[in-house]
Amino acid sequence: MEIVLNNRKETIEGGPMTVNELIKARNYTFKMLVTKVNGQLVRVEERDTVMVRDGDKVDILHLISGG
Amino acid sequence: MRWEEIRDALATYKVGIAGCGGLGSNAAVALARVGVRHFVLADFDRVEPSNLNRQYYFLHQIGEYKTTALADNLHMIAKGLRLELHRKKLEFSNISEVFGKCDLVIEAFDKAEAKQMIAEAMMAYLPRIPLVMGNGMAGVGMFHMIRQEQWSENVYVCGDFVTEIGEETPPLAPRVGIVSNMQANLALELLLKMHLDGNRTQQP
Repeated sequence: MEIVLNNRKETIEGGPMTVNELIKARNYTFKMLVTKVNGQLVRVEERDTVMVRDGDKVDILHLISGG
Repeated sequence: MRWEEIRDALATYKVGIAGCGGLGSNAAVALARVGVRHFVLADFDRVEPSNLNRQYYFLHQIGEYKTTALADNLHMIAKGLRLELHRKKLEFSNISEVFGKCDLVIEAFDKAEAKQMIAEAMMAYLPRIPLVMGNGMAGVGMFHMIRQEQWSENVYVCGDFVTEIGEETPPLAPRVGIVSNMQANLALELLLKMHLDGNRTQQP
């Protein structure tokens, strides 16, 4: 499927998947994330149920320790 | 805007400081200097010797709670401050209660988990209040990597977005100071825009 991930068009292998499945597939370095699908916040505990489908806009903010 | 106009405009707004460490102490000092008079300061920690390489505290304040030490320092900078101190751990469940009456909140935690928590809480419970975050400011140099962006309707992020604290990349005064002052600068811009637009997050 094709999605817009952090403002970039990306082709993701496979069909609809949960937000967590998408995160696992990308294997990100930083584990603390804030996620939005089509502009709506998807909280940590919702990531196993909220689906990402073809054409969706997904935003992932990577949070980094230090302050 | 002229300096006096800026100062007088800011006096009517309340700013939350979520964490009074390197980012929070320095951002609060910058905002107090330019005219913010009402602050909500939240932190559960005490000043430690290792904090002095970047945080706005002094040797004689080691061992004091950061909220009270920062309040004392702000009072030495500006007259007529109204400071609300919260000496507790901030959690998803108490963000609304602590910051619900603020016009803007500066996120100034050190741990990524806490940054994630407040971003989610502010988006879920306080979507009309801007949150200005610091994200990635450890290490030395790398000035060109530092930037700011609006990530969501009410979430703004300043930092280099990649440099995590570690043995080889400690958080240090210059770079933490740059990012905390970027946060203060963006907060100032957002508050003045609210003032010019005649709308505000809170009813005065």
